[in-house]
Amino acid sequence: MSADLTRLTAAELSARLASGEVSSVEATQAHLDRIAAVDGDVHAFLHVSDHALEVAAGIDRRRAGGEALGELAGVPLAIKDVLVTTDMPSTSGSRILEGFMSPYDATVVARSRAAGLVPLGKTNMDEFAMGSSTEHSAYGPTRNPWDLDRIPGGSGGGSAAAVAAFEAPLALGSDTGGSIRQPAHVTGTVGLKPTYGGVSRFGAIALASSLDQVGPVSRTVLDSALLHDVIGGHDPHDSTSLRETWPSFAAAAREGATGQVLAGLRVGVVSELPDSGFQAGVSASFRASLALLEAHGAEIVEISAPHFEYGVAAYYLILPAEASSNLAKFDSVRFGMRVDVPGGTVEDVMAVTRDAGFGDEVKRRVILGTYALSAGYYDAYYGSAQKVRTLIQRDFDAAFERVDVIATPSAPTTAFRLGEKIDDPLQMYLNDVTTIPANLAGVPGISIPSGLAEEDGLPVGIQFLAPAREDARLYRVGAALEALLVDEWGGPLLDRAPSLRQAQGPDRQAQGPDRQAQGPDGGAR
Amino acid sequence: MVSEISPDLVRHLGVLARIQLSDEEVERLTGELAVIVDNIAKVSEVATADVPATSHPILLENVYRPDETGDMLTVAQVLQNAPDAADDRFRVTAILGEEQ
Repeated sequence: MSADLTRLTAAELSARLASGEVSSVEATQAHLDRIAAVDGDVHAFLHVSDHALEVAAGIDRRRAGGEALGELAGVPLAIKDVLVTTDMPSTSGSRILEGFMSPYDATVVARSRAAGLVPLGKTNMDEFAMGSSTEHSAYGPTRNPWDLDRIPGGSGGGSAAAVAAFEAPLALGSDTGGSIRQPAHVTGTVGLKPTYGGVSRFGAIALASSLDQVGPVSRTVLDSALLHDVIGGHDPHDSTSLRETWPSFAAAAREGATGQVLAGLRVGVVSELPDSGFQAGVSASFRASLALLEAHGAEIVEISAPHFEYGVAAYYLILPAEASSNLAKFDSVRFGMRVDVPGGTVEDVMAVTRDAGFGDEVKRRVILGTYALSAGYYDAYYGSAQKVRTLIQRDFDAAFERVDVIATPSAPTTAFRLGEKIDDPLQMYLNDVTTIPANLAGVPGISIPSGLAEEDGLPVGIQFLAPAREDARLYRVGAALEALLVDEWGGPLLDRAPSLRQAQGPDRQAQGPDRQAQGPDGGAR
Repeated sequence: MVSEISPDLVRHLGVLARIQLSDEEVERLTGELAVIVDNIAKVSEVATADVPATSHPILLENVYRPDETGDMLTVAQVLQNAPDAADDRFRVTAILGEEQ
């Protein structure tokens, strides 16, 4: 019974909650049990709520009292630790914020609570969302449920792994250069980065303010759409929040699943992203998805985006520059860590604290950003990067005159091994080559599973990009392809993921291949 | 453009960023940043004078709101995460060093 509830999609679970077949307490308990059973190995969570059942019971009472509740009321939700919460610590994966308790909720958290979602806990991430593997978390890496020796992507590896390991049906993520979409790619899950300004950033611990967007993480396109409907829309607390009236994304996903959207849909493929730039199995899966779209009426159109290749370079100037400014707030005075320096001035204390409290990648980017913004270099680096941003926007504008959506593989390779790229920052940065252009231009992007790579049997994602404000189009197209693929596979891709070892319970011996393989720091919390 | 990342420059950047880097960190960062900067310097290849800069992905208008107080935190809330506080204020060590 418990195990079954964790396998349901959020949409399926919400239907059973609404009909009274299942209570929120039962659903929440099932996910807490699952976390207790597998998270010692996966380490998707930094903190598990100790009052989720209480919240769930409250929803059950309101439902029993005849109150009209939102569609997702009673459904458990995992929250990326970059989002501040009043009832759980918020660290953004950093030692410098260990134990930080926010006096207010992030807007997306407040809206999720208001819609009756049940927060389960806070998910692991690269420190301050700087990374593509969660290996830069100060609290130890998350492991990919498909292969515990591999990375779950980053920075939102915890949120992606949580939904992939059936520890939560839904999670909140944030995407500055691919931190929702690349983890979705390597874990066989779904994630969408909304149009910049489409979802409030209030209460999201800022990394790079002109790039950051909060978005949904789930196992199906419809589930992401349902969560997006809850968290999206104008927020007066965020001065970059768009004053749009957004259509129902869930309605778009449901409409898309009928497949009619594919007739005549023009799908752009970027000629400057040749197959040779991708792992063979990633390219093959991408091409197979394109063929499927074409077979159902879509037209594949080659487009040129000559400046995408400058995206990574521009990104690694703009992001460190903005991050070096945003992270100045960690000053050892108002919140966070303070290291005692006998006889030291406040400035000495600050400098020693920041050296002790920040991890290597954070220091690397703060120093790089400080360099890029310093007198004499500003125009050559930061100024040039901002011009590249214009050029990439123009590439998108030109492309979207000819196509409805652009498709790319979501990342160049499948999940790599923990430790494989940790000592090579530049290689790590190149993981985001296909996802970064969307952040630079502010356009929305979705990653959905396209299959498994032949050579290693690991998940591959396909990314769709749409013009700014056309997030609904991504749900339509994503749901259409998802329906075709799931039909072809005979079930969701995650059905093929290996069973995880259960930490306790009678079925421990019956869990297939032994999953004991761990790094030297296995199970570190 | 050839970068000129030297240990002295990295140490200086550490001072600007208020991070007291150890000698080992300075040495490692010098090597890593030289490689990274050489790669990201390619932005200047296409950033010609006729291209305007974009600071923000979506065109924004200035936002006004009525000048009314709201969303206030209490003093206790503001201080709840402070490493040190006294008399309803943040407490820090000396502002000025002896030589100042």
